Amino acid sequence: MDIQLKRGLLDVCVLAAIKNEESYGYKIIKDVKPYVELSESTLYTILKRLETAEMLTVRSAEHEGRLRKYYSITDAGLGRIDEFKEDWKEIESIYQFVAREC
Amino acid sequence: MNKQEFLTRLRNGLSGLPQEEVEERLGFYCEMIEDRMEEGLSEEEAVEAIGPAETIISQIIGGTPLVKLVKERVKPKHKLKAWEITLLALGSPLWISLVLAFICIALSLYIVLWSCVAALWAADLSLAISGAVSIPVGIITYVIEGSIPGSAMIACALISAGLGILMFPGCKAVSKGTLRLTGKITHWIKSLLMRKENDNNADK
Repeated sequence: MDIQLKRGLLDVCVLAAIKNEESYGYKIIKDVKPYVELSESTLYTILKRLETAEMLTVRSAEHEGRLRKYYSITDAGLGRIDEFKEDWKEIESIYQFVAREC
Repeated sequence: MNKQEFLTRLRNGLSGLPQEEVEERLGFYCEMIEDRMEEGLSEEEAVEAIGPAETIISQIIGGTPLVKLVKERVKPKHKLKAWEITLLALGSPLWISLVLAFICIALSLYIVLWSCVAALWAADLSLAISGAVSIPVGIITYVIEGSIPGSAMIACALISAGLGILMFPGCKAVSKGTLRLTGKITHWIKSLLMRKENDNNADK
C-alpha cells in the first residue's frame, strides 16, 4: 500500500481506538490488531504526531504501583475521524468508477 | 533477554537522540513490556514480543531527520565557559571552513552521482527522439534520393530507436539503484552519528 495512504489510515485507526474512552499503548495495539498490524515503534511515532497536532492528550496515572500513560481524544481528533469518513465516501465512488466492469 | 538488558541496548543505540526523547521512548517500551507481563507473559517472552532492539533502533534512525541528529551532536553537553567561547570564536576561520568544505564535498558527490543518472537519461531520450524523427526523414530520402541512401537512413533510425528502447529499463534500474544508494548512505551517516556517542559512553 502507498506509504502516505497507510500513514493516514493508521492515524485514524489509533484515533478510533481512543474514540469512546481513554486508552493506553498496549491496549491500542491489541484493539487495532484484528484490522491492522501495528508495531510499538510505529505506534509511538503516531501518538507523538497526534499529540503535536493536538488531536489527543496524554496523562500519566498510577497503575499497579507504576506509571502508565493514558491517551484521550480531543475535538480536533474527533474532527479528523469525521473528515476521514467524508473522504472515504469520495474514495469509494472513485473506486466504483475504477473497478467497474466494461 | 530481560527487560533491563533490552532497555540498556535501546538506550545505547539511541544515545545520539536528545536525552529527553530517549527517556520518553524507553518509558514507552518499558510500559509495553510490563503490560504484557501483567497479562501473564514471562519477562523474556514480553521482551521477545516487542522485537529485536536492533530492528527498533534501525527504524528510529530511519525516521529521524539527519539535521536533528547533527544538531544533537554539535550541541554542547554543558554550558560553555568563557574560554571555550573565545577558543571557538578564534578557531572559527578554521573550523567553519572545514565544516563548509565537508558539506561542499558531500553535496558535490551527490550532484555527481545524479548527474551521471541525468546524462544516461539524456542519452536515452536523444536516441529515442533521433530514431523517431529519422524514420519519416528516411522515407522522404528513399523517395527523393533513391533506395540506397534512403535504406541507410531508415536503418540508422531503427538502430537509434531500438537502442533508445533497450536503454530505457537500464536507465530506470540505475535511477532506482542510485535512489537506494543515497538512502543507504544517509542511513549510514545517521547510524554513525548515533554510534560515535555510544563509543564515548563505552569509554567512560
